[in-house]
Amino acid sequence: MKRTISLLVENKFGVLARIAGLFSARGYNIASLAVSETLDPAISYMTIVVEAQDEKVLEQIKKQLNKLIDVITVTDFTKKEHIDREMVLVKINYSLSVKAKIESLLHKYVGKIIYSKGDDAIIEAVGDQAQIKALLEALDKFGVKDLIRTGKVAVGY
Amino acid sequence: MKLTGSNILIESLKKEGVEVIFGYPGGQVLPIFDALYDASLKFILTRHEQAAAHAADGYSRATGKVGVCLATSGPGATNLTTGIATAYMDSIPMIAITGQVKSFLIGNDAFQEADVTGITRPITKHNYLVKDVKELARIVREAFYIASTGRPGPVLIDIPSDIQLAEEEFVWPEKIDIRSYKPTYFGHPGQIKKAAKAISLATRPIIYAGGGVITSGAEGELKELAEKIKAPVTWTLMGIGGFPPTHELALGMLGMHGTAYANHSIMESDLIVAVGARFDDRVTGRLDAFAPHAKIIHIDIDPSSISKNVGVEIPIVGDAKNILKELIKGIKKLPDTHEWLKTVEAWKKKYPMRYKQDGALKPQYVVEEIYEATKGKAVIATEVGQNQMWAAQWYNCSEPRSFISSGGLGTMGFGFPAAMGAKVGRPDKIVFDIAGDGSIQMNIQELATCVCNKINVKVAILNNGYLGMVRQWQELFYKRRYSQVCISGPDFVKLAESYGAVGIRVDKKEDVRPALEKAIATDNTVFIDFRIEPEENVYPMVPAGKAINEIIGGLA
Repeated sequence: MKRTISLLVENKFGVLARIAGLFSARGYNIASLAVSETLDPAISYMTIVVEAQDEKVLEQIKKQLNKLIDVITVTDFTKKEHIDREMVLVKINYSLSVKAKIESLLHKYVGKIIYSKGDDAIIEAVGDQAQIKALLEALDKFGVKDLIRTGKVAVGY
Repeated sequence: MKLTGSNILIESLKKEGVEVIFGYPGGQVLPIFDALYDASLKFILTRHEQAAAHAADGYSRATGKVGVCLATSGPGATNLTTGIATAYMDSIPMIAITGQVKSFLIGNDAFQEADVTGITRPITKHNYLVKDVKELARIVREAFYIASTGRPGPVLIDIPSDIQLAEEEFVWPEKIDIRSYKPTYFGHPGQIKKAAKAISLATRPIIYAGGGVITSGAEGELKELAEKIKAPVTWTLMGIGGFPPTHELALGMLGMHGTAYANHSIMESDLIVAVGARFDDRVTGRLDAFAPHAKIIHIDIDPSSISKNVGVEIPIVGDAKNILKELIKGIKKLPDTHEWLKTVEAWKKKYPMRYKQDGALKPQYVVEEIYEATKGKAVIATEVGQNQMWAAQWYNCSEPRSFISSGGLGTMGFGFPAAMGAKVGRPDKIVFDIAGDGSIQMNIQELATCVCNKINVKVAILNNGYLGMVRQWQELFYKRRYSQVCISGPDFVKLAESYGAVGIRVDKKEDVRPALEKAIATDNTVFIDFRIEPEENVYPMVPAGKAINEIIGGLA
């Protein structure tokens, strides 16, 4: 099961290595990771999507993260109201035969063309997991040439 | 007045009350050693950095103070790592200081460079690379605070040699505040209330005590609780010394080589009160079969220890001593354990701890005699393997901080340098290292350290010519195919003598006591080479992966 957690951590060198090291040493899996500075430059914010076999493992992951001296808080979004987003860049076949279809499709899904040249276009899409999934499924038949996605970012409300 | 980084380090160590450093010099710590030349700190020069780390660890275990070790960059630092990992697994407060290549050379594969903060990240509670001399005093202050509070552990400070030479005003931060580190010391009152109620309702309660009792100094409260609720007490290897083994409620150690009656008791209990113990696999045996009828109260300062291996009904996070005090006050109605204690007593009678006495020189007998000769008042360090288990089973340690053993990591070669550190910390005590002929050879060079510094340690080598515990497993589980376990050693008597220590050889049972008396009376380090029965096994034993009441072998 995939779960989203966020961390506030001290913005110091080596902190990311501590967190990555904890995951690898204990055999936990990171599905995605996004890190950035916060309004307070001494603090960084990390959104981590973890792959945990069950609740017990997730509990351990959170406790172990909390144990790291540089981790200030750990938030589990499993049962918490939150918004999450990820971004994808899709390089797609944009030849004349499919151009119109792709354009009309993009009215129904998240995503817009941010660049095109010759037979190629790059679509940028920002959305939650379901929206991104729907878009990618819809685009699949036109010939996706490349796909890059960021880690998820999440914020509670 | 401005001080160099090295002098700031030394002033900071003094502020922390450090009396002794165990270590070894080298290229990237020359400025620190130059400053030490004038400092009033005692320095013990070991013969290997690993021994410096174990000695600092042993010092810490014996005294409760923070042990300090110091080594140079690269190989000096990597040699410390086994000692650091040992301290980490057993939650021992320790500060490891390492030199590092000059700041501007870091990452250049400079001579004797290693990424020491990287290497030690998973085996320290926290570590620091000092990048600015202005931060040094604060880092030392934080390091000691982190090492010694909450669940203690080793903290490493890596100091590039240019930082050791850089000059800065020495400003000691009197107050310390780490926003991301606030250990919990007092248990949640609601949880304590629940625990008290569960205890009142129990009919077959058992107390399972671990190293947390020693760390927290909770032995008095542990005894009070046990006597109040009349529950039997079992303990882990790390918990030895936390409860008097001669007490009528004492069950001894549990687990793989625990007493049969401790294992039967915990398996049949209906309530386990775990105090500062972490349900290690050597204790629980097969997890899904562990204590099937028991509800568990788990008192631990580390939230991540709770429900890690075994599901816990009533967790109480905090310091064992504080929580036990409140818990004792909170128990209004006492459980009726009369029948339960009779059952436990019957197991004690049915499965007593014993070994075959046939005139041969038995390791168990040697340990019992050490107990008699020292009146149970010695500090006992052990190596790892059969020697460790015999020491745990047959030396009835009744004082906290008097049993020093590598429990979590199981580090061979730990005992001798740890005994050395313990003796430095507790010069008033007789200190014995109960060793095997395999383990002792892993840090035997420390004979020189002992002799040079007049650290009077007694080493009882239970010499069976084998790596005994591995041999025992090969005998029992690998059809006696003894693969690389027959280990020859030097003439330990001559070896000790060549270092200026005293060596004694014992082949016969009747010579054990006189040899021990002589060793104790000798004002020098003494090696006693006990030529024990070669294929004696440690029993009782629970094979790995079995439930802990599936006990095999021996007479027990």
